[in-house]
Amino acid sequence: MDHLVQIILIGVILTNLVVLGSHPLNTCIRAVALQGVALGVLPLFLHGREWSYHTFLISFMVIGLKGFLIPILLFRAIREAVVRKEQEPLIGFTASLILGGGLVGLGFAVSSGLPLPAEIKSSLLVPVALSTLMIGLLVIVTRVKILTQTLGYLMLENGIFAFGLILTKELPWLIEMGVSLDIFAGIFVMGTLMGHIHEEFNTLSVRKLSSLKG
Amino acid sequence: MLIKMISIPVTLAFAPLLPGLINKIKAVFAGRQGPPVLQLYFDLFKLLKKGAVYSTTTTWVFRAGPIVSLACLLLASLFVPLAGAYSPLSFPGDVVAFAYLLGMARFITVLAALDTGSSFEGMGASREVTFSILAEPTLFIIFIVLVRCTGSMSLSTMFGQAVSRMPMKFAASLALIVFSLFIVCLAENSRIPVDDPATHLELTMIHEVMVLDHGGPDLAFILYGASIKLFLLVALMAHLILPMDSGDPVRDWTYFGATVAVLTIVIGMVESGMARLRMIRVPRLLTAACMIAIVGMILGMR
Repeated sequence: MDHLVQIILIGVILTNLVVLGSHPLNTCIRAVALQGVALGVLPLFLHGREWSYHTFLISFMVIGLKGFLIPILLFRAIREAVVRKEQEPLIGFTASLILGGGLVGLGFAVSSGLPLPAEIKSSLLVPVALSTLMIGLLVIVTRVKILTQTLGYLMLENGIFAFGLILTKELPWLIEMGVSLDIFAGIFVMGTLMGHIHEEFNTLSVRKLSSLKG
Repeated sequence: MLIKMISIPVTLAFAPLLPGLINKIKAVFAGRQGPPVLQLYFDLFKLLKKGAVYSTTTTWVFRAGPIVSLACLLLASLFVPLAGAYSPLSFPGDVVAFAYLLGMARFITVLAALDTGSSFEGMGASREVTFSILAEPTLFIIFIVLVRCTGSMSLSTMFGQAVSRMPMKFAASLALIVFSLFIVCLAENSRIPVDDPATHLELTMIHEVMVLDHGGPDLAFILYGASIKLFLLVALMAHLILPMDSGDPVRDWTYFGATVAVLTIVIGMVESGMARLRMIRVPRLLTAACMIAIVGMILGMR
């Protein structure tokens, strides 16, 4: 079981790198969707085979939401706004890949110093969660297009979710719901914003927001 | 001792098979008949029978280029284990020697290309060096991870016994390393995502453009050297996929031959299924390979 978890977590790291390094938006969205599915599968295998309705429900919901619903919404947003391949990164893709590698290292370095219970400390989960979170932030900061910023936000949220998975046995329903609702609301706002920015400026670049329009 | 020496004739004899196999696979994917698998052997014999023509602007560097590069690659081939721990030469730290012998071969090829004074060749040389700058650190990171996993500093133990000796916790880093080694192998051997060996349009060429002015035996040496380089890197990759140190030579060699053939076919399939990347995108691919190797290293260091 532990090997499967490791493979899934390494897959999560690799999807992070894919988002940092690939040019077409479609690929980025698919990578984030894959990440969501991977994280959704995780709760089933994390704590051995003590499956309850609770874990199944969490899994199902996360896969549905992060793996399918949100990506579909994003794809629709792309279709409506007719953007295909224009991501305006503030720093080059190669540079952001290198930074991403550095952040993965940082995640591992930081997680070894955190005061966590021993069995959690030995697993990959915490470093992967931290590095996903940081890479999400990196994407938000270094990409100008609002859609990629949404993707960064999603990745950040994925990182938080992975961190929360440590406690998934005790994680109450309400918090789970709250987190998912939070993402959903966030995406909803972003989508609306996207529509409005596109209507107003005929582009999805956030740079334009600094110039006032009547 | 004798069993260790067997890898020398094997390398010398079977290296030219690999490009032939790749071309055959590409032909099959394109629905063509394709050249015979032994085509490179015929080419080599044909070229060796010819005389060479040298331009008057070139110096001895141009003539030394193919000879030195082939010598370097042959020397490097002595360190590489085939089918387990059968490498003719090994000492602790020969990974560095191996990497720099490959570097030396590239360096002298680049010098010979610059020596012709042709602008095309200079362009090719510059590209070759640019991409190798990115490929070499990746190779070293891969070596670092293997040193960490196997606790030895020589190629034959590092690769030859990597899979069977490695503790289970390094499995993940091993998988990542194989992947990035594959990309390095494509880049080093100027295969498709990085460079198209079939094209002869100077503007898009990297490796082929450097050897445009070589002819006859010189070209034969260069082609032979390129095939040996491909063989070596594929052999190294093969060792990371299947364990080959069971001690039963028949079984080891069978495994080895099968894995090398499968990897060659995979390279052929990648070449058939992909287009050459734009020049600007190649560094990104190599950086990605480097980052994957680094993630493997981080996982291995815990």
